[in-house]
Amino acid sequence: MTPTANKSLNPLPLKERMKVPRQSMLEQPPLLRAANFKEVNLGYSEELAKQEALRCLECAKPACVHDCPVGVKVKEFVQLIVAGDYLGAATKIREDNVLPAITGRVCPQEDHCEGGCLMGKKVQPLGVGYLERFVADYEQRHMDLRNVRKAAPSGKRVAIVGSGPSGLTAAGDLVQKGHEVHVFEALHELGGVLVYGIPEFRLPKQIIREQIDYMRAMGVQFETNVVVGKTVTISELMEEEGYDAVFIGTGAGAPQFMGIPGEHLNGVYSANEFLTRINLMHAYEFPTYDEPMLDFRGKDVAVIGGGNTALDAIRSALRLGAGKAYVLYRRSEAEMPARHEEVKHAKQEGIEFHMLTAPIEFLSESNGWLSAARCMRMELGEADASGRRRPVPVEGSEFDLPLAVAVIAIGTSANPLVQSTTPGLETNKRNYIQADPMTQRTSRKGVFAGGDIVTGSATVILAMGAGRRAAKSINEYLSSGQW
Amino acid sequence: MEDHDHGETMFQILSAEFLAPGIKRFVIEAPRIARKQKPGQFVILRLHQRGERIPITIQQSDAQRGTITLVVQAIGKTTHMLDSLEAGDSILDIVGPLGKPSEIGKFGTVVVIGGGVGTAMAYPTAAALKRAGNRVISIVGARSKELVILEHEMREVSDPLMMTTDDGTYADKGFVTDKLRQLIDNGTRIDLVLAIGPIPMMRAVADMTRKEGIRTIVSLNPIMIDGTGMCGGCRVLVEGKSQFACVDGPEFDAHQIDFGVLIQRNAMYRSAEQKSMADFQHERESLLAEIHNQKQAGCALPGGGR
Repeated sequence: MTPTANKSLNPLPLKERMKVPRQSMLEQPPLLRAANFKEVNLGYSEELAKQEALRCLECAKPACVHDCPVGVKVKEFVQLIVAGDYLGAATKIREDNVLPAITGRVCPQEDHCEGGCLMGKKVQPLGVGYLERFVADYEQRHMDLRNVRKAAPSGKRVAIVGSGPSGLTAAGDLVQKGHEVHVFEALHELGGVLVYGIPEFRLPKQIIREQIDYMRAMGVQFETNVVVGKTVTISELMEEEGYDAVFIGTGAGAPQFMGIPGEHLNGVYSANEFLTRINLMHAYEFPTYDEPMLDFRGKDVAVIGGGNTALDAIRSALRLGAGKAYVLYRRSEAEMPARHEEVKHAKQEGIEFHMLTAPIEFLSESNGWLSAARCMRMELGEADASGRRRPVPVEGSEFDLPLAVAVIAIGTSANPLVQSTTPGLETNKRNYIQADPMTQRTSRKGVFAGGDIVTGSATVILAMGAGRRAAKSINEYLSSGQW
Repeated sequence: MEDHDHGETMFQILSAEFLAPGIKRFVIEAPRIARKQKPGQFVILRLHQRGERIPITIQQSDAQRGTITLVVQAIGKTTHMLDSLEAGDSILDIVGPLGKPSEIGKFGTVVVIGGGVGTAMAYPTAAALKRAGNRVISIVGARSKELVILEHEMREVSDPLMMTTDDGTYADKGFVTDKLRQLIDNGTRIDLVLAIGPIPMMRAVADMTRKEGIRTIVSLNPIMIDGTGMCGGCRVLVEGKSQFACVDGPEFDAHQIDFGVLIQRNAMYRSAEQKSMADFQHERESLLAEIHNQKQAGCALPGGGR
């Protein structure tokens, strides 16, 4: 990872670049944004983007590229920003990532591109995510969809099951190889978890629509309201509808509950339901939208869990007018899987973090409505299978936390709809689909799978990485006919 | 028709007729669903861009014509809007068939009980049970004479058909459980009971058959959103454990259901639903005009943008 500056467009000597501070992104002030659903981050100006891009050390073996699950050529696109060629930078990103406006917003950059950044060893890492977002947003404002090129047809047809991150990525890569790509989505809106799971204040719906419009311009076809496994089966797609290959990217899907007393009380939600009501169904805009939501104003709300979903849920509750808004997490903050930026934003907004705390029962005072959670304090014991220290209940530490709403965000399990209706598709003991980690091939000829339905709950970018690998091997399979 | 967040064609209504005041039957073009539907399954539909998703049991389907038939009772805002639609109108989104099909087998003598609009959902299963070689005794109940639906259809598959109205304006005055009681007291051998209707009716049937040890199936209709097992909003307490009505049901063993929890959860948004309904009375015309327009916009812009 030796920095090289030969042929660089960057006017700053390497030493000087280290002295430029990481440029912050403009954002809505915490108190203001805690009362609306508009995007928190407001983006870079051209000036800020250029300034940030100047910080890149242009490593000979850039860790940022190596650590990116889809292999975005970070060094090259950042150089194009320095040169002021923003559309060129966008094209460069799109060679590897068909959803740059989305990953620029929701990727856990600290785990990937920014995690290994050489700058980060001494000062703060290069703001790769911010720069990616800037480029993608610039492209959106300045491009013309009519100029999007379509590849020459290969004569092969591919069905993609699910329009989430893995499916969209596979679709984008495959359509660029000339294959006819048809994406099936169970819901009425496209985007999968991007649409039903991630709130407007983190990823505006308009951004997703624009990225999907771009894919339409590339030639991808979409069909909503199709539940594969119910409306049509994988076998029917291949044998009757003439698809040469299928990619399954249906996501993890099914919410996990805690199995503690009182989970059926009114006011207890799964994070999937709570967020789907808000994001997909716009319940926060009731009665303009028909989907109802409980009146949260002044009510105390807790989310149980420590991931991005948990933070999305509790920050949504706050925006609905919640009184106290708590995160209850059974481990400590160091183990929280959420993006660092989201934890920071949530704290700024006034969310209270109660670490090493877990509910053991939901209580009701009247009529089946939640009134409190009985909780226990935890302490950390030995490391468990996940490598994180296992939370152990502290005896006698029970206490009751008054609550009107509790949202359970402890993870998901495999939704069996596709597996149970596809003969010859092998699954593991937790009912996730078995797929080769390099080729994403399943046990059934012509069928590939990737994303959460293979790995269990992960991130947008990891699902996109799987979609990318699948597209590559689907293309090889379609070209060679060899399974 | 395409727009920015919607990928496919809308679903055209081919015919629409009232079976009773507030109960309307629609035949809708939905070829994918028609091809796969089995008795007991349902669809989820959405009427317009700001609409909610509601589950409705499929009454029957015609795979050849590519149509499904829905029978809808106007209760809340969405069902009132739906019941205002006519042949030629379109429904924005319909997805299905969802849920597990009814268990059809040769049980012997099956008593099929339909309460109110539930009769429309009970009919296809009753017909399938008859075709499977069962003796089907049907009990159909309605609040009053004008709300009796599908009498002719039910009679054709039943041996015999027994009927009640709550107010005695048609057939025998009383409840479906009175007829069930009679059958039991007469010593009729009953191998299975299928009850579809209002929750209090299903609960009363379950209480009666539990004591007699008669296996009983009910079809539940809790609040749902996605219908694919993703959200968990439709969870019901079965044998003390959470099950999702959308994928594990909608039919369950009536003796294992916690009906109290079902009633409590269905009431969760009562005040919001009442507000929606009250607002709807005022904006009815403009909303319906919007639904008509979304169809015309679709025709004007084939495959085009918003």
